[in-house]
Amino acid sequence: MKTMNSKSTAWRNDAYAKVTGIAKYTDDLKMLNCLHAVPVYSDYVSAKIISIETDKAMKQPGVVKVVTYKDVPGNLQFGQIIKDYSIFAHDRIRTCGDVIAVIVAISRQQAIDAIPFVKLVAEELPAVLDAEEALKEGSPLVHESHGSNIANYHCVRTGDIAKGEKEADIIIEQEFTTSRIEHAYMEPESALCWQRPDGVMEVFGSMQHPFSTRRFVASTLGKPLSDVEVKTVPMGGGFGGKDDTAAIVCARTALCSMMTKRPVKMTYSREWSMRESYKRHPYKIQYRMGLKNDGKITFVKVRMVADGGAYCSVTPWVTWRSTVQCCGPYEVPNVHCDVYGVYTNNIYCGAMRGFGSPQVNFAIEQLIEMAAEKLGLDEIEMRRRNMVHQGSITVTGQKLDMHTVSLEQVLDIVVKESDYLNKKQKCSFGKSENDQLYGIGLAISYRGMSLGAEGTDFNSAIINVQPDGSILLETGVHENGQGSESAMILLCAEHLSVSKDRIRYRQPSTSNIPDGGTTVASRGTLLGGGAVVNAAKQLREHIARVIAPDLKCKAEDVIFENEILYDKDKKHKISFNEAIRLMYSRQEYPYSFGVFQAPQVSWDEHTGQGNAYFTWVYACQAVELKVNAKTEQITLLNMIAAHDVGKAVNPELLKGQFYGGMAMGAGYGILEKCDVKNGKVVPTNLHQYRILRSTDLPEMTAIIVENYDPVSPSGAKGIGEPTNEIMAPAIANAVYHATGKRYPDQPVKIIVERRDTEAQSHGEKK
Amino acid sequence: MKTIINKKEINIKTEDKDLNLLEWLRETIGMTGAKNGCGIGVCGACTILIENKPQKSCILKVQDIIGKEVTTIEGMANADGTLHPLQQAFMDAGAIQCGFCTPGMVLTAHAFLLKNPNPTRLQARQAIKGNLCRCTGYQQIIDAIISASAYYNS
Ligand code: FES
Ligand code: FES
Repeated sequence: MKTMNSKSTAWRNDAYAKVTGIAKYTDDLKMLNCLHAVPVYSDYVSAKIISIETDKAMKQPGVVKVVTYKDVPGNLQFGQIIKDYSIFAHDRIRTCGDVIAVIVAISRQQAIDAIPFVKLVAEELPAVLDAEEALKEGSPLVHESHGSNIANYHCVRTGDIAKGEKEADIIIEQEFTTSRIEHAYMEPESALCWQRPDGVMEVFGSMQHPFSTRRFVASTLGKPLSDVEVKTVPMGGGFGGKDDTAAIVCARTALCSMMTKRPVKMTYSREWSMRESYKRHPYKIQYRMGLKNDGKITFVKVRMVADGGAYCSVTPWVTWRSTVQCCGPYEVPNVHCDVYGVYTNNIYCGAMRGFGSPQVNFAIEQLIEMAAEKLGLDEIEMRRRNMVHQGSITVTGQKLDMHTVSLEQVLDIVVKESDYLNKKQKCSFGKSENDQLYGIGLAISYRGMSLGAEGTDFNSAIINVQPDGSILLETGVHENGQGSESAMILLCAEHLSVSKDRIRYRQPSTSNIPDGGTTVASRGTLLGGGAVVNAAKQLREHIARVIAPDLKCKAEDVIFENEILYDKDKKHKISFNEAIRLMYSRQEYPYSFGVFQAPQVSWDEHTGQGNAYFTWVYACQAVELKVNAKTEQITLLNMIAAHDVGKAVNPELLKGQFYGGMAMGAGYGILEKCDVKNGKVVPTNLHQYRILRSTDLPEMTAIIVENYDPVSPSGAKGIGEPTNEIMAPAIANAVYHATGKRYPDQPVKIIVERRDTEAQSHGEKK
Repeated sequence: MKTIINKKEINIKTEDKDLNLLEWLRETIGMTGAKNGCGIGVCGACTILIENKPQKSCILKVQDIIGKEVTTIEGMANADGTLHPLQQAFMDAGAIQCGFCTPGMVLTAHAFLLKNPNPTRLQARQAIKGNLCRCTGYQQIIDAIISASAYYNS
């Protein structure tokens, strides 16, 4: 194991453009004769559409076209798993974010001014706004054709739950809830499309997944995939949130462009983005856990209900991760887990950084401490007795022996670095001389990397060396702002033994590189990096074959070092540039196409058993905080995280992921909640949906742990999501140590009991 | 009616006076460095400096800069493209991820350092509280401000 904590200079390929303001995000791009499009929503949450009248809107100044479902030449229905989302509402309104029309006008303001002139005639239908209600017999169906409000169901059945019950000395039961979360990427959705003279629809957009965007656009337009080219431009944050909605915005914009035969731009206001874009799923989680007096868990029975809102999106995959990780990073011999993804008329939910794990971790990492307390055990010791170690079997029957299981290592590091044991002694537990209550808390996790049995998992990279020795690199990974391009360049440089300065990352186009799937699930570095390493290896072998005679050695004896090629004994040498020149002169292209295919995973839907993920990562985070007993204010004092990343490709950018993830996790812990009232998203903008400001956050410490992963060609695993999944429970535990009270609902809202009447009003708020 | 943007005099047309300043900068002047993250003065992505004070251009009108000196992110680097030391510090500290907040952050930090060339981390933290960043957790942005302060000091 290697840990890193020293400081180096950060490097990223797009930093100059971003820091000077010249980087062009979608809305910064301009095109001649460009029209502007805006979405039109309805006032309903659930209704049957009778007609959508657009004549009046058409007559407004500047309006060129009002597009509705009638104009869609291709498929109206979308969905990554179930095609239940209509790109334009046609027969039903199912949620407040449904788009009934798009107005295209000369200027954006003219389009906005015409919005009130689109008239929807509809008949209101009963809505179902609570996931438990939706599960009940006789509840209105959100999608009649689906036959039920259960979008999906997953289970785990391990061992014998009755046996576990019998063996238990104590049993602990607790219900937890988590809230709906807005991604709040700083850049709202935007798309710019134009029909190229060669017949290709060209799409620029703020989206996370160029390939699913291409699928959505092609399907809407009724065109083959080859007639749509999605180009990537810098994107102002995604966090999982720029998949479905962002792709749909691109598809609608492309349709407007096709119909008007002019470039069309559609840039969302924050209000539209908040209203229409999908969120993180709110969960209700009910645990029943049995333990022996020595702290060993004998069984876990858990039921989870996720409110998926009106459309399926990736709810089955999100809840699948919750299912696989339903017991947290603990060995549990007997497990009975039921997880439901449920349709309601609320705003729909989909992917968000963490993807089904933050909810579970918020619950299990508190439950384990509650159990420890009940048994009179130390919470760290309690974790040690149950956590996965090298060779452990997960609750889905997977043996963890393909990589280093470093959970105890990361726990030890954080306990030591945070001085947890000493500081724990100083916690207030509700008692303090003044109003300040102090607490420290931590949480641990394991996480299956990449898509797992959710989907096909492979990626590719192209290395194309030019005659002058400069290199074009392209991969199927998308730059979401996390620095994936920089990581790919660094890996390419390392594995070709050349300077990173000769490598230019070619902004990928869906028409050049094969579909590499979506840049989610923290799979960018792992999958894309794997492909880069494999491409570099092939290229080295090719160059060696061609150049070996010049070095008077066998191909396998050619050494690449610092831009120079040698024979084994270093008697002969050729510069990289000269080698490339020779290749071209010998009619050999220094070009390679590398692929990384994720190792096989497996899953049995009926038993919830299988090798769910091909590798796992391990993490521990801790926080110190103060609670003001009078004002109910939580003040974060510092946060620390240790994550095993396999290998650090770009350490300073990696730390940026640690800090950003901890900060977002802290927001999840103490603040964020996207309320929905009568089916309508309550916050309209960032003044009502608050995210943490600089002054809400403390200083943070990032500790990188490296255990090279043998199944990853680069050794690296990933970091995007692990950092964002355990700060909330660490905070909840710290709050408990400060106040002596458990807060099973996320975000943690401190409620101080008061003897006066005020106490009741506070109680109601909760 | 004139304004000075990044040391260059610009004429303001009478009919533009009432336009939203951010939109005018982005659409009429062609400076797209300032971004629209909320449009209601909450996120700071649209920050520009007016007389060296950070202002949210999304809630201002063009008339608010008549006769004033304005700095946008486009005016921070030197004419030859070399970076201002503060920009270099942002790059070196890893303070940039998606970059959408970066122009506003750099300008807010610049105005702050001009006034407080010797800040503590806490003061730097307070200085940027009007600029939201969803990516970085602000840690490396504060690192950048502190490391750039040496330049403002001298
Ligand atoms: S866009 Fe001006 S403050 Fe957000
Ligand atoms: S870097 Fe993305 S919002 Fe700050």
